Amino acid sequence: MSRLITRRSVIAAGAAAGTLTTLPISMVRLAFGGTRDDFSFTYISDSHIQQIKGASFVRNWDMGLKRAVAEANLILPEADFVMFGGDLAQLGKKDELDHGGEMLSHLKGKLHCVMGEHDYYLDLGEYWSKLYGPHWYSFDHKGVHFVVLNSIITTDEWTFHRWPTAEQRMLEMAGLDNPNGSPFMVGEKQRAWLKDDLDKVSKDTPLIVFSHSPLQKIYKGWNFWTDDAEQVQALLQPFKTVSVIYGHVHQIQYNQIGNISFNAVMATAWPWPYPDTYAQAGAHVPVLTVPMNRADPFFERDATGWQMIDVNSGRVTARYQLWDNPERVVGYDPKFGKPVDKRYQEAIVRKAPQLHY
Amino acid sequence: MRRYAIALVLGAVLLSPATLADEFTAADVDRWQGEFDSVAKKGRELWTSGAVGTNGVACAQCHPNAANTHPETYPKFQKQLGKVAQLFEMVNWCIRNPLQGTALPADDPKMTAFVAYINKERKGVPIDAGKH
Repeated sequence: MSRLITRRSVIAAGAAAGTLTTLPISMVRLAFGGTRDDFSFTYISDSHIQQIKGASFVRNWDMGLKRAVAEANLILPEADFVMFGGDLAQLGKKDELDHGGEMLSHLKGKLHCVMGEHDYYLDLGEYWSKLYGPHWYSFDHKGVHFVVLNSIITTDEWTFHRWPTAEQRMLEMAGLDNPNGSPFMVGEKQRAWLKDDLDKVSKDTPLIVFSHSPLQKIYKGWNFWTDDAEQVQALLQPFKTVSVIYGHVHQIQYNQIGNISFNAVMATAWPWPYPDTYAQAGAHVPVLTVPMNRADPFFERDATGWQMIDVNSGRVTARYQLWDNPERVVGYDPKFGKPVDKRYQEAIVRKAPQLHY
Repeated sequence: MRRYAIALVLGAVLLSPATLADEFTAADVDRWQGEFDSVAKKGRELWTSGAVGTNGVACAQCHPNAANTHPETYPKFQKQLGKVAQLFEMVNWCIRNPLQGTALPADDPKMTAFVAYINKERKGVPIDAGKH
């Protein structure tokens, strides 16, 4: 069994290379008994590389991704592969995908990518696909079945008939709070593919599904939402051990629905408010979730972060490494049958910065 | 005598219905609300615009529906500024830093529009100046 990655070892590696100590990536580690091998993979998400003009890009977002890549390359033991959770670009432009892709090209190990809406709605994922392959796919690695979904598609009417130009379509979907947007979905065609794909897999095989949007309904107004979430969940429920890991929300979230554990990953670009802090609308942030600390606006990388995830017996324990905040550990507790924060779950021990309003 | 005459004139002015400060109609209220709404609407346009700063970043990228701005808590002590600050100072902080732009005067119509929009999205939340 390989040595567990610790914050200290990462800091030591970072210090040795003269880089900063904690960086916004997600380190994911699978560890379970039986004959399967332990392994780990790295998770980076939501970089939103944004072109200003020509060769000029928003420095703030660039730095988040650069540091994530640097940190991922320093981690020992090396991860088996790297996941990128979507929204590499801000407006789906070739220049943005190339600029972000150039940064990702420095990563050691194989890269698997998830489609985000910011990558998609300019050319419907055509250029992204040239760089990273099919929009949805599955693969097996050391006894675990992985599925990558494109969860950010929407109706044909909105996609093909609503907007005069592709640029406007992209801008309308890029605004998180834009009422002209449209709910995300996996869609009938992809659900049929998923059913077919999962039919070939033993229900005892640990299953890990990556999507960009949450495969659960949290707040429709910001598309913290997948419209056919229940239908996708129904395809996953027969598996004994299922984890869904998603980006898009730029914040710590976790939940349990039936057999399915949910974990969100942090963004490298910027944090988002919890939707229940928007005074004009209700939201359904999972009641399980103890929020991350409120972001300090004076620290541009605050409330971005990275995490390690152990999967013991196929269940996820997420170790959120947060800027200048104590580590957060959220893991599946067999006693309760759901993920719990190892330290802050009880209301009485929560800290003032975890209170969002 | 002259003082008496002035008092009479003042009395006449104060009693004139056209100048009584607390006399207004539903139409007046509608008009005033419309004025506010149009400024808040301008604020929303600025909020989602990439042209406020110099790098194309919009306020709404980090603050959808102006969430996490907490206008009801200002003025309040900002530890990073080392003083009690007003909301417009924090708006300017964001314009200067994430948006890489130039700060606006406190009474700039654009700043008024920002503050109007922020407060409109926060409508109904009790004032709690100084809260952290």
